Amino acid sequence: MPDRPIAVAMSGGVDSSTVAALLVRQGQRVVGLTMQLWNQRRLPQLQTGESSGRCCSLDDVYDARWVAGQLGIPYYVVNFEADFEEQVVRPFVSEYLSGRTPIPCTLCNNFIKFDRFLEMADSVGAEKVATGHYARIRFDQVSGRYQLLRGVDTAKDQTYFLWGLTQPQLARTLFPLGELKKSEVRRLAAELGIPIADKPDSQEICFVPNGDYAAFLDAYLAEQGVARDAATGEIVDRSGAVLGTHQGVHHFTVGQRRGLGIARGEPLYVIATEPARQRVVVGRGEELLRPSLVAGQVNWASWPPLTRPERAQVQIRNKHVAAWATLHPTEDPTRVQVAFDEPQRAVTPGQAAVFYVGDLVAGGGWIEA
Amino acid sequence: MRHCYFDHNATTPLSPEALETLSVCLAEVYGNASSIHHFGQAAKQRLEQARRQVAALLHARPPEIVFVSGGTEADNLALLGVARPCAGKHVITTTIEHPAVLQACAQIEQEGGRVTYVPVGASGVVDPAAVADALRPETVLISVMHVNNELGTAQPIEQIGRLARQAGVLLHADGVQAAGKLETDVERLGVDLYSVSAHKLNGPKGVGALYVRKGTPLRRQMHGGRHERERRAGTENVPGAAALGRVCEWFQQHGAEEAARVAALRDRLEQGILRRVPAVTVNGDRARRTPNTTNLCFAGIEGEAMVIALDLRGFAVSSGAACSSGSVEPSHVLTAIGLRREQARSSLRFSLGRGNTVEQVDALIEAVAEAAAHLRRLSVEAPTHA
Repeated sequence: MPDRPIAVAMSGGVDSSTVAALLVRQGQRVVGLTMQLWNQRRLPQLQTGESSGRCCSLDDVYDARWVAGQLGIPYYVVNFEADFEEQVVRPFVSEYLSGRTPIPCTLCNNFIKFDRFLEMADSVGAEKVATGHYARIRFDQVSGRYQLLRGVDTAKDQTYFLWGLTQPQLARTLFPLGELKKSEVRRLAAELGIPIADKPDSQEICFVPNGDYAAFLDAYLAEQGVARDAATGEIVDRSGAVLGTHQGVHHFTVGQRRGLGIARGEPLYVIATEPARQRVVVGRGEELLRPSLVAGQVNWASWPPLTRPERAQVQIRNKHVAAWATLHPTEDPTRVQVAFDEPQRAVTPGQAAVFYVGDLVAGGGWIEA
Repeated sequence: MRHCYFDHNATTPLSPEALETLSVCLAEVYGNASSIHHFGQAAKQRLEQARRQVAALLHARPPEIVFVSGGTEADNLALLGVARPCAGKHVITTTIEHPAVLQACAQIEQEGGRVTYVPVGASGVVDPAAVADALRPETVLISVMHVNNELGTAQPIEQIGRLARQAGVLLHADGVQAAGKLETDVERLGVDLYSVSAHKLNGPKGVGALYVRKGTPLRRQMHGGRHERERRAGTENVPGAAALGRVCEWFQQHGAEEAARVAALRDRLEQGILRRVPAVTVNGDRARRTPNTTNLCFAGIEGEAMVIALDLRGFAVSSGAACSSGSVEPSHVLTAIGLRREQARSSLRFSLGRGNTVEQVDALIEAVAEAAAHLRRLSVEAPTHA
């Protein structure tokens, strides 16, 4: 098919709207698609009346449709709610209940945005897809591989959530905003006449209102008719001495300081959660330090698989400053041992360890317990 | 790109006659039909002419026609107007009704009434015996659609009318998809209430009519002035009603001929697709259908993807019923006739109308064959997707 269209994932926000506008201005044929992922009217007990900054609201669809209309491109809403619940929400809930702190955005990228969405692109006859992510992709002639790089705007860089992309996915994906700063994107949006150039950025996890995971978990489990055991338990120190009680381990995450309800001379932090025993283990700040971690289900986005130890900067949280470490291959090719040069605070099971060399995203994996 | 419209059960393009009537009335007939003066009289004249035209299509008497805002209001007025106050009353309907009827029934239940939803088999045609079995001493109303909007299947209203009369129960038929397409004689059908919508008949949105047999006890649901013989308050939408009257007249004059023409096109489309595309089945009874509709299941293809693929090729069809945005819950009609969820999600509705031609139908067959082959090739290429 000559002149195949580019499928643009349009969320109704400034970034993806600007992507669509940029591609149209370049003379590309563009088809706009909005993924309906979650019904925001579900779990009415979580409704606060304040819906801005949450994806998949009818307002966002309205905005995306408006932009598509302004651009004169074909536009459709595609419904992936069932896949999203299966691939993102359920794993999120079960991870949390297992005492880990999951990142649904990575699952969504791996299984929805760069998988189901690519299938939908196929069905509209599109070879390439474009999204508003702040990241860059280039083809490296030497290695013959596509490479994923941090976005130029380091404050907006989203590669911490994109390490799961595979070579076939990178080959078909365009990130037109990767070379731009957010301020430039807003200016461009205004210049392109995108009517929502002033819309605030979306925040937090799209299906969790106000970032309140515990309330979401409770509401979701109630909707599913899953009876929860009494979730209360003890807060203990490393020696097992009981310091207090809590209302459920899913209210706590490693490194958390607030909400413990324990008065002590020195600040206390959560250093581990033990869902099987319904215990939250707390300790002093230095007890959070870990010299190493094991990353599982590793994906090598840009590098070929590891055959010998390699140096890399490893980022273990979205806002963490990547720290130098040596990556050691293990007998299991999907697992990598990460030995930090300096011990790192709050290595949290369920979060990702992403391996960088400068801007290059070598790969990443899930931090194991 | 030229866009061709094959979604006439969702709505239809405005006919030239309707447009002319609308614009003339909007420009010139602006009086309030309740006013005594010249302007009011002119509006009243126009309104009553429209009432005669609608009545003629339904073989009813003009005073039996109540103008309303559309099919949904007609259905609500019929059901709630008969059932309220609902406590202690029983209503019979089917599982394949339009949401306007199903939600009005839900409201009746909310207000203390009882509703029986008679199931429908794979044919998409309700069995009158099942309706008879659902009768109870406290039954006040049976509501069965004349033609189903998704399948096009015609329901045995005459037989149900006979048993309703024997039981002394009122019968409402939602005729939104039937009027103009099938012979619609309220006497022969034996209905007491019958809903019609203008925009399914190449008329404008926002106007419809409810036939109310003389003597039928009906409480008004819109309160206000004494319009429409106190059955529906609100200043009459004279241009809308006039346009509805005008399209009813057109269908009364040309309906049979147009139905034959459209049926031939529909059959050409259906046979063409069945010949060209493997693993396609027809949903519902092919013999007992309105002439313009075919609902086809394309095994292994997602209906949503197919609608988009056809739209990008310039053809408008629909999967399930039209929705604003959001859920792809499989159509309640298709699951009610026993389709599995994935079959329902693989089904497409093609509904034809006045603008369609042989050339359009042949081009659509080609586009469907192309799109189906493309989508099926993809699902073969990516079998490992979890």
